[in-house]
Amino acid sequence: MKTNNPARFFLFPLLWLLVTPAAYAQLKIEIIGFGSTQFPIAIAPFKAEDTLPRKVTDIVAADLYRSGFFKIVDSGGLTAIPAEPADVQYPLWRARGADVLVIGAVSAMSNGYWDVRFRLLDVGKQAQLTGFAYQVTTTELRRTAHKIADAIYETLTGDVGVFSTRITYVVKNGTRFELQVADADGYGAQAVLASYEPIISPAWSPDGTRIAYVSFQQKKPIVYIQSIYTNRQQVIANYRGSNSAPAWSPDGKQLAVVLTKDGNSQIYLVNADGSNLRRLTNTSTIDTEPNFSPDGQWIIFTSDRGGSPQIYRVPVTGGAPERLTFDGNYNVSPRYAPDGKSFVFIQRSGGRFNVAVQDFVSKQTQLLTEDGVDESPTFAPNGRIILYATEIRGRGILAAVSSDGRVRQRFSVEAGDVREPAWGPIMKGQ
Amino acid sequence: MRKLLVSIVVLGLFAGCASETKEQKGAAVEEGKPAIAPVTKPPVEPVAKPIVQQPIVGNPLTDPGNILSKRSVYYDYDSSVIKDEFKPLVTAHARYLTQNRSAKMTIQGNTDERGSREYNIALGQRRADSVKQMMLLLGAQEGQIETVSFGEEKPRATGKDEAAYSENRRSDIVYQGE
Repeated sequence: MKTNNPARFFLFPLLWLLVTPAAYAQLKIEIIGFGSTQFPIAIAPFKAEDTLPRKVTDIVAADLYRSGFFKIVDSGGLTAIPAEPADVQYPLWRARGADVLVIGAVSAMSNGYWDVRFRLLDVGKQAQLTGFAYQVTTTELRRTAHKIADAIYETLTGDVGVFSTRITYVVKNGTRFELQVADADGYGAQAVLASYEPIISPAWSPDGTRIAYVSFQQKKPIVYIQSIYTNRQQVIANYRGSNSAPAWSPDGKQLAVVLTKDGNSQIYLVNADGSNLRRLTNTSTIDTEPNFSPDGQWIIFTSDRGGSPQIYRVPVTGGAPERLTFDGNYNVSPRYAPDGKSFVFIQRSGGRFNVAVQDFVSKQTQLLTEDGVDESPTFAPNGRIILYATEIRGRGILAAVSSDGRVRQRFSVEAGDVREPAWGPIMKGQ
Repeated sequence: MRKLLVSIVVLGLFAGCASETKEQKGAAVEEGKPAIAPVTKPPVEPVAKPIVQQPIVGNPLTDPGNILSKRSVYYDYDSSVIKDEFKPLVTAHARYLTQNRSAKMTIQGNTDERGSREYNIALGQRRADSVKQMMLLLGAQEGQIETVSFGEEKPRATGKDEAAYSENRRSDIVYQGE
C-alpha cells in the first residue's frame, strides 16, 4: 500500500472537500458535466468483501462514476447480499431505477489467494450480461476491481475500458522532480525517477514496460528510456545541443526524437536501442513534438516553417509535409487519437491555451477546454478521455475531459505541481 | 587613487605618532615637546608605493567591471532577435573567444513559461543559436560554442507576470569549467 506516501496522487474532490475532508477516503472526484446519457447501474456489495483491506465494489463504483457515463443507483439497506443470480430480487432493483445490477463475492483461498467473482445482470430481462472470476493476491485486488470495471464498461458501452491502465506524469515539489507512475485513478503512485533537474516529455513504450523521457540531469536535455520494472536507465539520444521530444513508433522498435546537432530543432528517427539515427525533416525552422500515427505510417509534428507554429503531417518514410492547422497563429503539441481519425492539440487564442481536437477528414476543430493554461494533452488508449496539464490558483494539476467535451475531471497531488501526463497503453494479457 | 594615498598618509601619520610616542617613553615629559612633532616627514612613501603599483590580476570573465562578466541576453516575447543593447556584450564574448582559442562556452537558451514545453525547448534553442551565430560572424569558432536549451524548465524568476516572463526570456553564457 502506498497510502503513507506523502506525494501520493489522489483524485481531488474540490466540491466535496468543502463538505467533508473525509471525502478523500471515499474516492470521490470532481466531475463537471456528465455524458448525454447516464446508464443507471446498481452495484450490490460483494459477499464477504468486508474482509478485504478495501471494498472491491467501492473501487468499481468510483471507476464507473468517474467515466461520467453511469449513474450509480443506491445499493444500501439490503437484508441479504445477493451473491448468485438466484439470490437477486429483481423487482427491488427495478424499483430503485437500476437497468443493470452487479453482484459478486469474495472468498479467501487455501493458497493465500483471493477468489473474486462478479456477474453483470440485466434487471429487465433478468439475465446475465457478463461475468468473470479472478484468483489474485491481496496486492492485486485493486487492479482486479479495475478489471471488473473495465468488463462492465466494455459490455455496456461497447468501448474498451481503461480503468486498469496506468498513467505517468511529473511532480515538481520545491526543487525536486519526480517521474511517477500511478493507476489511471491516481492510486498507487510510485516514483520511477527522482532528480533535482527537470524531467519532461514522458512517453510510454507501446508494451507499457518502458518510458522515454527528457532529463536535464546532465545540465542539458538528453533523451533516456527507462524500464519501469528494473528502473534501468538508457541513453537514447545525447548529441551536441539539445535532445528532446521522444515519441514511440507503434511497434516499439523506433522512436522519433528532436535534435539540434545539425543546427535548428529537427526530427530524427532512431532505433529503440539508440542506433541507426537518421534525419526525417530538413528545414531551417523549428520542427518538433513528433507523434506517430497508430498505423505507424505518419508522423504529426509542430513546425513554424510557415511563420507561426502549426501542425503538419509527414510520411515516416519522408517526403513533403502537409499542413493541418490554419486557425490562429499557435497550434502545438499534437497527439493522434488511438483510432487515427483525429488528433488532439493545444490552440492559443487571445493569449489563452486550450485543448482542441481536429478531425482528419472533415478538418473540423472542436475546442474542448476553456481553462486557458492547458498543456500536454494525451489520449486514453480507448480514445474516450483526454488527460492534460493545467493550473488551478497557480498550481499545476492534471485534468481530464471526455473526447466529446462533456465530462471533466481534475486530479491533484497533496503538495507540488503535477504536469506532463502520458496515458499508458492497455496491457494485453494482464 | 588620490583618496587612497591620502588615507595612507593619514594612516602613516598615526603610525608615526604611535612610534614617536613609544620612542619618547622614558624621556622627560617636562620638555613639553608635542609627540607628533615630525609630521613634516612622515614615513609614508614605502607603505604607499607597493599598494599603488600592485596590478589588479583578476579574471576578466568575473570582474564586475568587465563587460565579460555580463552573461545574459534578453528577448521579446516569441522572439530570438538580439536587441541592440546586448550586442556589445555578445561582441565582447566573441572577441574573448577569438583571443582565447582554448576557451569554450555553452549558451543556454530559456523561455518564459507560456505555451508548449517542447516548443519552448525549440525556442530556447533558437535564442541560444542566435547568440552563437553572431559570435561566429565575429570570429569565434564552431567548436568553442555549444548551444543547449532549457526551454521554460529553469526559470530564474518564478512569478506569473511580465516582469518574471521577461527575466526568463534569456540566453545565458557559461564558460567551460564555471
